[in-house]
Amino acid sequence: MKVLVTEYLRINLDTEKWECRRCGHEHGNARENYKHGLLVYDRDPREIHKPLLDTQLYERTYSPDPKWCRILEYYCASCGTMVEAEYLPPGHPPLHDIEFDIDALKLQWKDRKEVTEPSIAPDLALEKVKHGRALHAEMHHGHQH
Amino acid sequence: MHDNISAEERALLDKFLADNKMFLGPDPEIMRDHTVTPRSAAEEAVLKQGFDTHQAHHIRGLINAALSEAFTMVNQMGAAPGAKWGDLVTAIYTAEGNLAMIAPHGIITFAACAFYPIRFIIKNWVSDPTVGVKDGDGFIHNDARYGGVHNTDQSMMMPLYYKGELICWLSSTIHEGENGACEPGGLPAAAESKYDEGIKMSPFKVVENFQIKRDLVTFLQNSVRDPKLQLEDMKVKLHAVMRLRDRIIAILDQFGREALIATMRMHLEDTETEVRRRIRELPDGTTRVLQFMDSSLRENCMQKISVAITVKGDRMICDFRGTAPQFMNRSVNTNLASFKAALATGLLQNIWPDLPHTMAVLSPIEVITDPNSIIDAEGEMPQAMSLMPLFKACVAWTVPMAKFNYSLPRRYSAIIASQYDQAATFIYGGLTQHGDVTGNFCGDINGMGQGARSHADGEHSVSPVFGFMADSGEHEINEEDTPIIRLGAQRLAKDRVGFGKYRGGMGYEQIATARGSGMWGFMTGCEGSKFPSAQGLFGGYSCPAYQLLKIKGVNIFETLNRDPKAIEVFDILKLMNERPLAGGKYSSNDMGMTFELCDEGEIYMICQGSGGGYGDVLERDPALVMKDIEEDLLSADLAREIYKVVFDERTLVVDEDATRAMRDDYRRQRLQRGKPFDAFCKDWVTAEPPADLPYFGSWDDNRRIYAQNPAINLKVVMNADQLQGFYMPNPKDLQIASLEAQLAKAQAALEACQAAGR
Ligand SMILES: [Zn+2]
Repeated sequence: MKVLVTEYLRINLDTEKWECRRCGHEHGNARENYKHGLLVYDRDPREIHKPLLDTQLYERTYSPDPKWCRILEYYCASCGTMVEAEYLPPGHPPLHDIEFDIDALKLQWKDRKEVTEPSIAPDLALEKVKHGRALHAEMHHGHQH
Repeated sequence: MHDNISAEERALLDKFLADNKMFLGPDPEIMRDHTVTPRSAAEEAVLKQGFDTHQAHHIRGLINAALSEAFTMVNQMGAAPGAKWGDLVTAIYTAEGNLAMIAPHGIITFAACAFYPIRFIIKNWVSDPTVGVKDGDGFIHNDARYGGVHNTDQSMMMPLYYKGELICWLSSTIHEGENGACEPGGLPAAAESKYDEGIKMSPFKVVENFQIKRDLVTFLQNSVRDPKLQLEDMKVKLHAVMRLRDRIIAILDQFGREALIATMRMHLEDTETEVRRRIRELPDGTTRVLQFMDSSLRENCMQKISVAITVKGDRMICDFRGTAPQFMNRSVNTNLASFKAALATGLLQNIWPDLPHTMAVLSPIEVITDPNSIIDAEGEMPQAMSLMPLFKACVAWTVPMAKFNYSLPRRYSAIIASQYDQAATFIYGGLTQHGDVTGNFCGDINGMGQGARSHADGEHSVSPVFGFMADSGEHEINEEDTPIIRLGAQRLAKDRVGFGKYRGGMGYEQIATARGSGMWGFMTGCEGSKFPSAQGLFGGYSCPAYQLLKIKGVNIFETLNRDPKAIEVFDILKLMNERPLAGGKYSSNDMGMTFELCDEGEIYMICQGSGGGYGDVLERDPALVMKDIEEDLLSADLAREIYKVVFDERTLVVDEDATRAMRDDYRRQRLQRGKPFDAFCKDWVTAEPPADLPYFGSWDDNRRIYAQNPAINLKVVMNADQLQGFYMPNPKDLQIASLEAQLAKAQAALEACQAAGR
C-alpha cells in the first residue's frame, strides 16, 4: 500500500520508505524527514526571479535580495525532479515540513483502497469568486455614473 | 492576610471590584476565546423539544435571503469605496454572541471579529444602569482591540428583541477607510503608538429608538477626515440592520422563537461536527511552513512567522510559537483575536470553501501563540497595519494543509499554492478637485493573483486574499471623485510570476498620478520587496519580489499636452528602463511607503502580485509556455531559461525532441550540482541569523527568539514565553546620523589637507 503525500512524494506503508512518484526511487525512512534522501542546491534567487529593471540604474529590480533570501532546491537523487523549493534567509535550518505518524497512517489506510492517481476536486474558491462577480455585475447593471 | 474568605464575602468582593473597575479595556476573557460558547439554558431547552432539520433548512434559506438583502442595501447605498466593491458584511449572532451566519457574499473576517464586541456589550453594558441594552438600541465599534481587523472597519450592532426577549444580534460592517489617523486613509503605517491610529470606538450605544444620536455622530465626524462619509454610512448600516431585523421578525412570527434559536445553534454545532470529521480524515502528524515578512513598512527587517499544524484524531492544533516579537512603535502587529479571524477566513477561502461561513469552522481548532509576539500583540503598540500578519494568516494554511490533504481519497476543494498576500493598492488622501478632504484606498487591492493549482494555472487577479468578492472598482468613478488619474491599469505584469509546472495567476500593473488638487498624496503598505511573499507548492517557485516605482519631478500632463505621442504605452518596465521623461527622477523603492505628497503629473507605479507556482518547472507543458508568450505574459528568454523549452520565436512552434533533450540535460545538471542533504546542511546551517540582517523570530529552536537590528547594535535572545516588544529607530534619524558621519569624515579630510598646507 502506497500513500500519495505530494505531487512528487509517496509513502510505501509496507517498506516504511519515502518514494519518488516519478521514478520510484527510495528516499529513505518514512518516519524521518524525506529531505535526508534528496539532493539540495543553494540557488541565488536572481537566477530564477531575474532582474527586470536595469541593474545599472536600480538596486531593486524585482529580484529578491540574495543577502536576505536564498532558494533551496531539492532534487530526487535519481531522476532529478525538483521536489521542493524552499525560500529561506541564508543559513536558516531547512524545515522538517512533513512528519506523519506512520503507525496511525497504516491504521487509517487499513480499510481504504489504494489511490494511485490523486483525486481532483473542484476549485470551489474560484467558483465562489465567479458567482460573486456575476452577482456584482448584475447588481450594478445600469449603474448611474 | 486572610486566605480563607466565605463564598458570600468572595461574591461581595467580586461585585465590589466589578463595580469599581476603573477601565473597561479589552477583556482577555473575551478576546482570547475564539470558541462557540456552550449551549445556553434557552438553547438547551429548545433543543430538548426536538429539532426539525427540514424546517431548519427552510429557515436557514430565509435567513440567508435576509442577510443577502441587507448586504445588497449596503453595497448599493454605502458611500465608502469599500462598500461599493463589496468590502462589507451583514451577519446574525446568537443571544450569547456566537456568529451564526453571514451574508453569502460578505467578508467573513469582519463578522469573525465582530462577535467579540458583541460579547463585550453583553458582559458589560446589559446590566450597567448607565448604559443598558434594549429594543431599538444600536452600538457602534471600530477599535480592533475589542475585536476587529483594523480601525478602518466600522460596525453597527443591534440586539433583536422578540416579545421582550433578546433572541439574537445583528450587525453590518464596512471597511470605511478614513478614521482620523496620523495618515489619511485609515491604514497609517506611520503610527508609532495606538494614539496615532485615529478614532477609537470601543463598543458604545449610538442608536436609541432606531435613531442615530446626532450629538455622538457630530463628535465622530469631527474625528475623521471625511465627515459626510461618517454620517452617510452610519445611516446605511443602521437601515440595513433594521431591514434585516424586519425579516428575522417575520421568520419569528412564522416559525416561532424556538425554531430560530434551534436553527442557529444547530448550524454552529453541525459545522463544528463536520470540521472535526474532516480533521479525522487527515493523516495524524505535523506539517510546517515558515513565513517571512521582510518589512515593518518603515524599514526592511525580517519577521518570521512559524506555523506547525498538528493533527491527532479529530484534534487540530495550530502552533505559531517561534514567531517574531511585537514592535512597540511599528504598526505591523496584530492582536490574537484579529489573527484568529484571519485564520478562519483563510481556512474557508483556501481549504474548505464549501463549509458554512460561521465562527464554528475555527472553533474546534486549537491555536497556540507566544504572548507579545507580532501575532499576539498587546499593550500600547500600534496595529493599524495588522493587514501584514493577517494576510499571512489567510494563506498560512495553504502549504501545510496541502501536505495533509493530498493523500485523501476524496478532496473537498482543489490543491492550491499560496495566493499573493500583499495589500498592493494605492492608499490616498488630501484635497479633492471639489475641495473636499478625503482619504481612502483603491479597489485594486481585490485583484491578487491566485496560486497555481495541482491541475491548472492560477487565475489572474482573482480576488482579495481575504474574501471571494472580486470587484476592483471603477476608475471612472474614482476619477470623478478624486484627483487620481490612472495612466495604466489592469495590464498584467509580464514576467512577474510564480513559475512552476502550473504558474501562479498574475497581478496587474497600477500606474497613477494626480491632477487638479492643491494637496494630494499616496502611500503603499506592502512587504515582499526583498523576500518574496506568495509561496510556491511542491517544487513550484514563489512570486518574485515587487517594487514601488516613482517618476518624480515631471508633469505627465504637460508632456502629453506638448506631445500626445510622448508615451504610447504605459508599461512599468518600459518607463523605468527607457526613461522617456527627460529630467524625471526615477527610483525603485520598497513597497512600503508612508504617506507622501504627489505633485501634479508625478507618477507612482506598483503591481498586484502573482500567486505561487505549483510543481517542477521542467514538467510545464510547452504548449502552456507558448500560450503565455502569445498572451504577452512571458518573455521568450524566460521561456528558454526557466522552462527549458526550445521553440521558434517567430512561429512559436515547439521543437519537442530538442525540448526533451534540453530538459533531460538540465535534470542531469541538477544531479551534478545538488549535494546530499546532510552534507549540504553541514555547510549551510549557521548557529544564528546573519549578523548583518535585521532579524526577528526564532532560528533553529522555536523556544529561543532573536531580536537583532544591526543599525542600532541590538541583539537580544529571549525565551519565547517571556517575549518583550522592541522599539525601532526612526529611519530618518539613522539617515541623518549617516549623513553627519559622512560630513564629519569629509570635514576631517579637508582639515587634514589644510593642515598639510595644501
Ligand atoms: Zn525520482
